[in-house]
Amino acid sequence: MKRFGLVTGICLVGLVILGAAVSLVWTPFDPIRVVPGQRLQPPGWPHLLGTDGFGIDTFSRLLVGARMCLVVGIISVSLAAVVGVPLGMLAGQAGGWVSEAVMRLADVVYAFPALLLAILLAAGFGASTVTAMVAIGVATMPAFARVARAGTLQVMASEFVVAARSSGTSPWGVAGRHVLPNIAPLIGVQASVGFAMAILAEAALSYLGLGTPRPTPTWGTMLRDAQQFLFVDPLQALWPGLAIALAVLGFNLLGDGLRDYLDPRLREVS
Amino acid sequence: MSLLEVEGLCVDFGRRRVPAVRGVSFSLSEGERLGIIGESGSGKTVTALAVMGLLPETARVRGSIRWRGGELLGRAEKELATLRGNAVGMVFQEPMTALDPTMKVGRQVAEVMLLHRETAGAAARPQVIAMLGDVGLTDPERIADAYPHQLSGGQRQRVIIAMALVNGPDLVICDEPTTALDVTVQATVLELLDRVLTAERAACLFISHDLAVVSQVCSQVLVMLDGEVVEAGPTSKLFTSPTHPYTRGLVATARLDLVNPGERLPTVEDYYALGAGQ
Amino acid sequence: MSTAGWRLARRVGIFAVSLLGASMLIFVVTAALPGDVAQVLLGMDATPEAVARLRHQLGLDRPLPVQYLSWIGGILTGNFGVSHLSGDPVLALMLPRLAVTLWLVLFGVIGSLVIALPAGLLAALKRRHWQGFLVNALAQVGMAIPVFWGGILLVLLFAVKLRWLPANGYVPLSQDLGKWASHLVLPAVTLSVVQGAVLTRYVRSAFIEVLNEDYYRTARAIGWTPTAALVRHGTRNAAISLVTVLGLQLSTVLVGAIVVEQVFTLPGLGSLLLTAVAQRDLLVVQGTVMFLVLAVLAINALVDFSYLLIDPRQRSGGEET
Repeated sequence: MKRFGLVTGICLVGLVILGAAVSLVWTPFDPIRVVPGQRLQPPGWPHLLGTDGFGIDTFSRLLVGARMCLVVGIISVSLAAVVGVPLGMLAGQAGGWVSEAVMRLADVVYAFPALLLAILLAAGFGASTVTAMVAIGVATMPAFARVARAGTLQVMASEFVVAARSSGTSPWGVAGRHVLPNIAPLIGVQASVGFAMAILAEAALSYLGLGTPRPTPTWGTMLRDAQQFLFVDPLQALWPGLAIALAVLGFNLLGDGLRDYLDPRLREVS
Repeated sequence: MSLLEVEGLCVDFGRRRVPAVRGVSFSLSEGERLGIIGESGSGKTVTALAVMGLLPETARVRGSIRWRGGELLGRAEKELATLRGNAVGMVFQEPMTALDPTMKVGRQVAEVMLLHRETAGAAARPQVIAMLGDVGLTDPERIADAYPHQLSGGQRQRVIIAMALVNGPDLVICDEPTTALDVTVQATVLELLDRVLTAERAACLFISHDLAVVSQVCSQVLVMLDGEVVEAGPTSKLFTSPTHPYTRGLVATARLDLVNPGERLPTVEDYYALGAGQ
Repeated sequence: MSTAGWRLARRVGIFAVSLLGASMLIFVVTAALPGDVAQVLLGMDATPEAVARLRHQLGLDRPLPVQYLSWIGGILTGNFGVSHLSGDPVLALMLPRLAVTLWLVLFGVIGSLVIALPAGLLAALKRRHWQGFLVNALAQVGMAIPVFWGGILLVLLFAVKLRWLPANGYVPLSQDLGKWASHLVLPAVTLSVVQGAVLTRYVRSAFIEVLNEDYYRTARAIGWTPTAALVRHGTRNAAISLVTVLGLQLSTVLVGAIVVEQVFTLPGLGSLLLTAVAQRDLLVVQGTVMFLVLAVLAINALVDFSYLLIDPRQRSGGEET
């Protein structure tokens, strides 16, 4: 049953990556150019999933949207991990007031959901893919810091680290040789779950007009457009939502599956 | 008719091939006390939980467990629940964690009464106080209003004994009731159990790994090893002429304990010197 | 000082420091980094003199720390500043909209609990049966549904197809109870379902922890059925870990409410914020975000105090022995 989840997760994530990869070289129609004569076509041939209110092929936009969703996910999760993990490790290794300061900082950032940060950034700089990614990345940092700290604490208490420290290994050596390799699986699990959250957040931001601006297709803006024609063509509101849900489900299942697969010991930490 | 008859009891847990309990049979008449002795993993606790119907749902139970002639295995959960805490009381090994940490102990004792009798909530209070006094707790009024974390291990175990006895059960199942306690407290709690069981005329199934402890409470003993009963009989006979090698070992260690002054079992005199409630 | 008193003092300290940090972050991001407000207000072709005059008028030519202090000082005395665009006090803009968001958050939290508590309890009790797997699967799916898509789907079903409920808009409670309720049903259900799915997983693991506790076995041994034992002795104990989760989830509910307001065009704080962002009305954005963050931090602090009510071990000192 657990493996079923993991396999489903891998398949769904693979599907998103495949869609994004295909869109790089080929889409059935131009995903950006407005075709007034082709507005709101029903699903069929040649428009597999129909066309939107601008006459653009929905399937083509979905494929390109997968690309945006992956780009935003990868960059914001990397940003969160690159800042959050070292801070969490520092808190775990140093302890004392350093740990207290880092964790309080994490609490403050945690009080800022990605949406509020994105609103602040959009108000300051104007909404763009970059403001969305920064907002999501910063908002996800505390989660990485917490996981890294919890994992570090556990590694630091283990015998091989105690031995390494008593034989004079420097804190940097301990961090690089012992802590990081041991908490890497935990970080991987968090990255997968964080990726799912990033996709949801990105979709919400572009739905609200706080993310990637038109005409670049994203799943969130597609839903925003589709809502205008809800009474005329409800199907247009179905596809992008389904794509988001499946991608999020995929990354969540992947994260959960990895956690169970890697090591039962890890479950206590996260 | 026997109070409790267990026949050919077999318990195994889904994944493990080796059954935890294999063909255990015994019977218990009214007021009789039977000790089950064995090391951890010998299946003695599983046997006790099987009688209570409290095994985890992954367990597969076969054989027969009859209460006053009626089969318990396969009976509906709701019917079994009316027996538990009413006709059958249970005392657990871990007094530190067996009580709900968020509820005053007086209420936890009262709950056992209210669950099985048509007593008004307010009327339960004096009975709870009396019961707490009966199990040797000094100042039962104060204890009733305390939360578990405010009590010592010995006090908590007395509360649990009070919960097991408050409805005047016909059978009390004790699973290592003194193992988690200090050696000095062990003696007083055993003494208490012996006294209240006699007063209530309740039968007792007493589980322990310690032959010396069992011999203080029980007249009959069952020795379990790897899920099977290897020896059964009166406690006195087991001490004088054990047949199974494992039992002989058990008796030898129990006697070694008696010889060694440092680990000598507490006597009645120790009990008086210590006083009740500690 | 008693343990509880010490804890209270510490928590108030953390709250104050967090608030300070959060306010600085908001101020720096909106006031220090971005383009010139005066320029935005006057348009790109305004003369530099006119821009400078407006900057002086708005106090933007003062050093940043002074601007920050006057802003945060105002907020502490209940003055959230004045909208550059309309000239209305920010507080006056927020207050009428606050009720809409509050109703949404309130019903969202209640609704998600109504969904998650029984579902999580069932998933824990039947964790090895099909019911448990079903609840898990539904929770996974619910977690993957973006809240705004959930709202759109509900609109499609109940407003477009069945025509039972209005698709959007809001009527104040003081005007018409029935219309107020009918306009809030879909938004509240949207928020509840998505939030409830996340919460279900936490409720499940909290109750599974209880199932492994000795006191749960005691509760069974004194004659409670599994469900009754879990409800009676598990709820309070599970609540100890759930309250933390609920506090942390609150910021998610708030964000969800802002998004849901947009789906159903409800005139709440979210729509105020988004309009202000579109018009680059910075003080309104600053003030509203500050207010929302203040609410999140305050509730997290209150959650910490609520342990004292739920867990008697936190109230008194250690063990007597």
